[in-house]
Amino acid sequence: MSVILRADDVSVGIGSRTIVERVRVKLRRGELAILIGPNGAGKTTLIRALAGLLPSDGQISLEDKPLGSFDARERARHIAYLPQGNVFHWPMPVETVVALGRYPHGDPFGTPSEEDRVAVRDALAATATEAFAARPVTTLSGGERARVALARALATQAPVLLADEPTVSLDARHQLVVLDVLQKTARKGAAVLAVLHDLSLAARYADHALLMQNGRIVTQGEVKDVLTEERIAQVFGVEAHMTTIGGVQVPVAQRPL
Amino acid sequence: MKDKPLPHRLTLALTVLIAALMIVSLMVGPAALSPRAALAALFSGDGAAGIVVRDIRVPRTLLAALIGATLGLSGAALQGLLRNPLAEPALFGAPQAAAAAASFVIAFGFAPATSLAAPIAGIAGALISVGGLVIVAGRRASLTVILLAGLALASFAGAATALILNIAPNPFIALEVAFWLLGSLEDRSIDHLLIAAPFLIASWIVLAFTARSFRALTLGEDAAASLGVDLQKTRLLVVTGVALGVGAAVAVAGSIGFIGLVAPHLVRRSVQSDPARVMLPAALAGAALLLAADIAVRVVPSANELKVGVVTALIGVPVFLTMIFGERRLEESAA
Repeated sequence: MSVILRADDVSVGIGSRTIVERVRVKLRRGELAILIGPNGAGKTTLIRALAGLLPSDGQISLEDKPLGSFDARERARHIAYLPQGNVFHWPMPVETVVALGRYPHGDPFGTPSEEDRVAVRDALAATATEAFAARPVTTLSGGERARVALARALATQAPVLLADEPTVSLDARHQLVVLDVLQKTARKGAAVLAVLHDLSLAARYADHALLMQNGRIVTQGEVKDVLTEERIAQVFGVEAHMTTIGGVQVPVAQRPL
Repeated sequence: MKDKPLPHRLTLALTVLIAALMIVSLMVGPAALSPRAALAALFSGDGAAGIVVRDIRVPRTLLAALIGATLGLSGAALQGLLRNPLAEPALFGAPQAAAAAASFVIAFGFAPATSLAAPIAGIAGALISVGGLVIVAGRRASLTVILLAGLALASFAGAATALILNIAPNPFIALEVAFWLLGSLEDRSIDHLLIAAPFLIASWIVLAFTARSFRALTLGEDAAASLGVDLQKTRLLVVTGVALGVGAAVAVAGSIGFIGLVAPHLVRRSVQSDPARVMLPAALAGAALLLAADIAVRVVPSANELKVGVVTALIGVPVFLTMIFGERRLEESAA
C-alpha cells in the first residue's frame, strides 16, 4: 500500500518545551492507523503538526512533496482534520455545516457544484445524519454532533483523514458507528489516522498501531506486537488482561499498577 | 445547499425600509415638512426649506445611514471572528478609545473638529482597542475572556477620556467633548460627511473580504485553519476594518453603541445563523436602526435634543442583557 503522508524525525516544540520528539510516521492509503498513548503524550500536537497546523522540525511530506510547499487550500483538499470536541459555535443547519467540508474545493459564496452536492450527500449518508440535515447543529445530542463533525471531515473527500479522539464522550454504540465509518473510509482508499483512548477498540480496529509516550513513538506496527501486556504496563501503568473478541486478541485494562 | 430566497427578500425589505426612513429623516425636525415638500426642497434647493433639507438634514441622514451600516457590519464581523453573538465594538471600548484619541487632539487644540485629524486619531484609538481585544481573546475566545477583556479596555479608554477632560486647557471645549461623547448627528455638515465617508466605505470593503472565513470559523480556529482559512489575515482584516469604521464614525458622530450588537441579532435567524450571510442584512439593519434612532431624537419632545447615542444605549442594553440571559441558560443546559 502506498504511503501518502510521511513524517521523518519530526519534532514539535511549544515555547521551550519539546512536545513531540523525533517521530516517524507513515500513513498508507487503505489503512486505518490508530494512535494510542496516555494523556499528555503529545498525540494532539503530533496530529496537528501532521495536518500542517503547527510548525515542526524534521520533514513531513505529502505525496512525496514537502507539506510546506502546499498552499493552505491545496493542503486542505488533501488532508481532512477532525479536531477534538466537535465544536459548533453557531446554530447553523447540519447540512450547511457538513458543506463546510467543501470549503477548500470552491468559492464559498459560489453555487455548489454537482460534485459538492454528491460529496455532502454521501457524507450525510455515511454517518446516518440525513434525518436531521435541516436541524440547527447545536440542538443535537452528543452522539449526533460527533457524527456531524465526522461528516464534515468526510465531505472534503481528502485522501488523508486525521481524527483526534473521534469517539470521546460517545456511548458504546456510537463509538462503534464512528469507527466503522473510519474503517470504511480507509477501505475506500484513504489513509486514516485516529487517536483513541480505548485499548480494546484500538486493538480491534487498527490496521497499524502507534503507541506514544512522552512525545515519542515507543513502538508501532501490527496490533499484536504493539498492544502487549508488557507495553501497556510500561506506557500506561496499567495491568491489562488479554481476551479474544471476534478472533482478535484484545487488551482490557484491569487495574492501575 | 439549496437556494434560500429568504435572505434576498430580507435584503429587499430592509432596503425599502431604509429609503422610507431617509425620506422621513428629511421631513422631521424643528421645521416639519410634508414628504412632498421635503422631496421638492431636496431636488430644487429653493427657499428656507431647501437650506434646511440640503444643508442640515441631508448630511445628517446620510451619516446616520452610513454610520449605522458600518456599526452593524462591524458588529457582525467581530461576532464572526470571535464566534460569539455578544461581540460588539462598544463592549470592547472601541468607541471609547476612538473618542479618547479624537478628543485628545481636539481638546488640546491640535486640530479643529472638522479636519482629518479627528478621524485619523479615532481610527488609531479604535485600532489599539480592537487589536488589544483580539490579542487578549486569542485562540480561546470564551465568552468570559471576551467580556472581561472588553470591560478592561472600555474602562481604560473611559479613564483616558476622563483624564483628557480633566486636564483640558479650555473648560468649554471639555464640555463640548463631553456632549460629543454621548453620540449625536445633530448639526453635522457636508464636511463631516466628506471626512468620514471614505473611511467608512473603506471599512466595508475590508470587512467584505473577511466574510468567507466566518462560516468555517464556526468549527473553531483549528478546524477552520485545516480547511484553508488564513486566520492571521482574517484577524488583521477584521481589526483593521472595524477600527477604520468605528474610528471614523466616532470622530464625526461621537460614541454610538449597541447598533453592532442589535442589528446582527435582529436578522440572524433569517439567515439561519450563518455568520457570513448575516453581514449584508446586518449592515442594512444597522443603517435602518440608526436612522430610526436619529428620527426618534427629533420627534420626542424635549428641551435639548436627545443624544442619539443615549437612545441606542437605552435600546441596546436591555437587548444585550436578554442575550446574556439566554447565553447563560445555554451554557447551563450544555453543562
